[in-house]
Amino acid sequence: MQLILNEEQAALAKTATDFARKRSPVARMRALRDSRDEIGFSKELWKEMAELGWTAVHIPEEHGGIGLGFFELSLILEAAGRTLMPEPFTSTLLLGANLLIASDDAHSARWLPEVCTGDALLALAWDERGARNRANRCATRAVAVDGGFRISGCKESVLDAHTADRIFVSARTGGQDSDPDGITVFSVDPAAAGLTIERQTRIDHRNCARVLFEDVRVSTDDVVGTLDSGLSLLEGTLDRATAGTAAELFGTTDEAFEIAVAYLKERKQFGVPIGSFQALQHRASRLFIELKLAESAVIAAAKAVDDAPDNVPAQVSLAKARISDAAIHVCNEAVQFHGGVGITDEYDIGLYLKRARVAELSFGDAAHHRDRWATLKGY
Amino acid sequence: MADLETFRTEARLWLRANAPQSLYGTREGRFDGFWGGRRSTETDPDILRWRDVMADKGWTAPTWPVEYGGGGLSRDEAKVLDEVMTELELPPAVVGFGLVMIGPTLLDYGTDAQKAEHLPKIARGETRWCQGYSEPGAGSDLASLQTRAVADGDDFIINGQKVWTSHADKSDWIFALVRTDPDAPKRKGITFILVDMDTPGVSTRPIELISGSSIFCETFFEDARVPARHVVGEVNNGWTVAKALLGYERTMIGAAISGQMLGVEDELIEQARHYLGCPEGRLPDPMLRDDIVRAAMNDQCLNLTVERIRQSLREGQAPGSESSILKVAGTEAKQARWELAIRIAGQQALGWEGPGYTDDELQRTRNWLRSRASTIEGGSSEIQLNVIASRVLGLKFPGT
Ligand SMILES: Cc1cc2nc3c(=O)[nH]c(=O)nc-3n(C[C@H](O)[C@H](O)[C@H](O)COP(=O)(O)OP(=O)(O)OC[C@H]3O[C@@H](n4cnc5c(N)ncnc54)[C@H](O)[C@@H]3O)c2cc1C
Repeated sequence: MQLILNEEQAALAKTATDFARKRSPVARMRALRDSRDEIGFSKELWKEMAELGWTAVHIPEEHGGIGLGFFELSLILEAAGRTLMPEPFTSTLLLGANLLIASDDAHSARWLPEVCTGDALLALAWDERGARNRANRCATRAVAVDGGFRISGCKESVLDAHTADRIFVSARTGGQDSDPDGITVFSVDPAAAGLTIERQTRIDHRNCARVLFEDVRVSTDDVVGTLDSGLSLLEGTLDRATAGTAAELFGTTDEAFEIAVAYLKERKQFGVPIGSFQALQHRASRLFIELKLAESAVIAAAKAVDDAPDNVPAQVSLAKARISDAAIHVCNEAVQFHGGVGITDEYDIGLYLKRARVAELSFGDAAHHRDRWATLKGY
Repeated sequence: MADLETFRTEARLWLRANAPQSLYGTREGRFDGFWGGRRSTETDPDILRWRDVMADKGWTAPTWPVEYGGGGLSRDEAKVLDEVMTELELPPAVVGFGLVMIGPTLLDYGTDAQKAEHLPKIARGETRWCQGYSEPGAGSDLASLQTRAVADGDDFIINGQKVWTSHADKSDWIFALVRTDPDAPKRKGITFILVDMDTPGVSTRPIELISGSSIFCETFFEDARVPARHVVGEVNNGWTVAKALLGYERTMIGAAISGQMLGVEDELIEQARHYLGCPEGRLPDPMLRDDIVRAAMNDQCLNLTVERIRQSLREGQAPGSESSILKVAGTEAKQARWELAIRIAGQQALGWEGPGYTDDELQRTRNWLRSRASTIEGGSSEIQLNVIASRVLGLKFPGT
């Protein structure tokens, strides 16, 4: 497996990082937060990135995409993570688009071309209270009525739901509680009667919402994939979203580490830079080691999505477990290295800590993925 | 690439035709094999024949030039050869510090005469080498070493003591750092010199370790007379040569470890199933299960990182900062593996000798004890963390 970037990939990574730094410095995210912006990100900037092709890299050509690969998308996500961009990468590209790439049906034809052009934003409502990263724990129900279904239930932590042009939702069409069978994914109009979107504010100030379904009417044509066997579609999508989140979290963490090391060089106490104290040097070196080892896993996971589909679950768990642990260590230490200013809102490092924490707990934390790794290997 | 696949096929055919039957399946670590040398007591005819055929082919030192007993292979070909030998579970035909430390150093810094004198014998396993760097007063602070060498005609007279000299009592030659100018700044007065262990005045005394073995010695020099032609590089410029050799040593330690980690997860699970009495399904001890996963994931990350470094070297990209982390991460991974093995075996891990313990159990316990040395030898972890901080992170401030 090729683990280093070829020339085109290196050029893409550089362009994306330059773009993120120039067009979306952390101050922009701060301003959106402070003004309580109704959208929470910039649709113009999203459109601009679409024109650069970044919303289409992993989407197959037959659906209007560029069909490069998931690895290329991961490079863009890493850049976005570096400057804490709030744009809807996870909701639209990792969740919505990956679901439709896998379902490869009429819904894909309907929505993917508009995702590529930056005109459609998607959301995937799968998480529920108590689900703890297991898509089979689905209490939302879809009851068959003539010509369709009525959906009722409550979905949590639905990323970018309030701006979505289309919401995909998982609901139980059969079976009980945690059964793997009997789950179906539906395509729903956000304006449908009985559907309420309550926007939530989280520590990272990206967009997320609680979505309530009260007898929301859908037709049989709204079934994405196949009836009753939506779980594998969901799990495959979540694995890809996890790989992408790992790449984004790597960008966030690597940048937090750079900020911390810069501060060690700049801040003086006892007449010397604090980075000359060996107690801090060794901690910084250890973080560096942890981060570099995690980076290898993050690269391998994104590569596996493109080149080794059978290895995806294990490689994704490896990447998410390692980068989650590294992110928490790096961000906690980075705040500690800053002393008092580290816990002020004025300094950026606290924003990194908060964004990293959200990514760490999303799509399974380190313990969840270690448990899954052992289960996959049968012990 | 097609050429490499042709080479793979040829190598496989040649090895199948030439490797003694009894050696298949005996490959273990990179240092488990025939160490050679004049003092070797090896009598197994298959091991000696394996040495002969491989040395004739040049495959004991695959990348060395043919004229010095090597195989003249490219890096990629050598990797393929290693893969084929791993696949056939064949051990290296010759192992030792000659091949991985002093050999590469002589290729870079030695004179033609030194290369011609030493390299072919190293490649054939005829001479065994040891490393005379550390002294009682010079460990991490290696440059403060005191062993003195005074010029006397065409010779140097050496006096002083080395310590932790691995396998000195079984070696034929030592590459040593000696002080030739006591008045110069400490890094400027050091010379790198090769000494025949049979030289009058050179003696060794084994040191017993916590693992019960005596892999290393104190080495004494009392008026030992050594010809000046054995100096490698310039007199008083030995520090440069010494550091280059440390580079090979650390790369070797890191790379060797990542190879050793293949299959460790399965081995730990098998042991856990045995000692916990759980032949199948989920392991009943959730904390142990989590620790096995942690170790396995760490090994995976190490392997991936080693592979990444290899690929960037092949592409001619400058080696990334990744290589500096392998020594620390690799040795700690190795220790974690043996710590776990001990915890899994419980009371059965506490045996030193005698009845009640299997050979495997006794060996595992010794391996655990041996592994405690790995974060000390070849430059301690703390020293590596200093290096990463100053050279990689740029935490280096003049005058502090
Ligand atoms: C198994 C084994 C094989 C060896 N083989 C050889 C050999 O063949 N030839 C040879 O020449 N040597 C050999 N050595 C010696 C080895 O290189 C030294 O042990 C090592 O460099 C450490 O030196 P020391 O033992 O004197 O420890 P010290 O230098 O006294 O270190 C003691 C402790 O202090 C820490 N420390 C020291 N300086 C610093 C610092 N600046 N910052 C932070 N912490 C510091 C160390 O990390 C360590 O924890 C071997 C050692 C082992 C364990």
